[in-house]
Amino acid sequence: MAQDVRYLSPVNIDIKKDKYCRFQKSGIKFVDYKDANFLLKLLNEQGKILPRRITGTSSKFQSRVNKAVKRARHIAILPYVGDQLR
Amino acid sequence: MNNYETVFILTPVLSEDQTKEAVKKFEEEIISLGGKLNNSESWGLKKLAYPIQKKTTGFYFLLDYEGEGNLVSELEVTFKRDERVMRFLTVKMDKHHQEWAEKRRSRMKSAKPA
Repeated sequence: MAQDVRYLSPVNIDIKKDKYCRFQKSGIKFVDYKDANFLLKLLNEQGKILPRRITGTSSKFQSRVNKAVKRARHIAILPYVGDQLR
Repeated sequence: MNNYETVFILTPVLSEDQTKEAVKKFEEEIISLGGKLNNSESWGLKKLAYPIQKKTTGFYFLLDYEGEGNLVSELEVTFKRDERVMRFLTVKMDKHHQEWAEKRRSRMKSAKPA
């Protein structure tokens, strides 16, 4: 059973991309709840808010994102439960 | 005085004149309550992300105004009483929000004449 696993291409394990806060990097100070296309980048395909550890957003802006998404859901710009968004 | 922004959705069963009349009513309401209207925007008929009152579309409008806090509560009462309004959201604008709104307004203005 103990066979070596072989890959066709070399496996890159150590390459980690540095995460950064997209708001601080591009100097966005206000997260607009009216812009559905932008907020969609911070949601998964079910319409759930992606965690900070995945998007790299700073804590300050994550709370603003949360607020914006919740506002957008209230005025039916984003769905509360979705399927195959994106 | 604070800056506020209200987004509201009107039912799609209304005609164009009726929506204009409804928006006008709210604009006049703000002014009569001692507020100052900064911007009024119509986004037209948009698809809703989920059905509200069994309707899948709605007319979106945005009002941008200045006023005292009691103006908001008064205005929200009229929103609640009006059957044409399906949903509304009033937000107090902080300084970043105001900056953004001004930018947005100037962008809209420059886009219109062209």
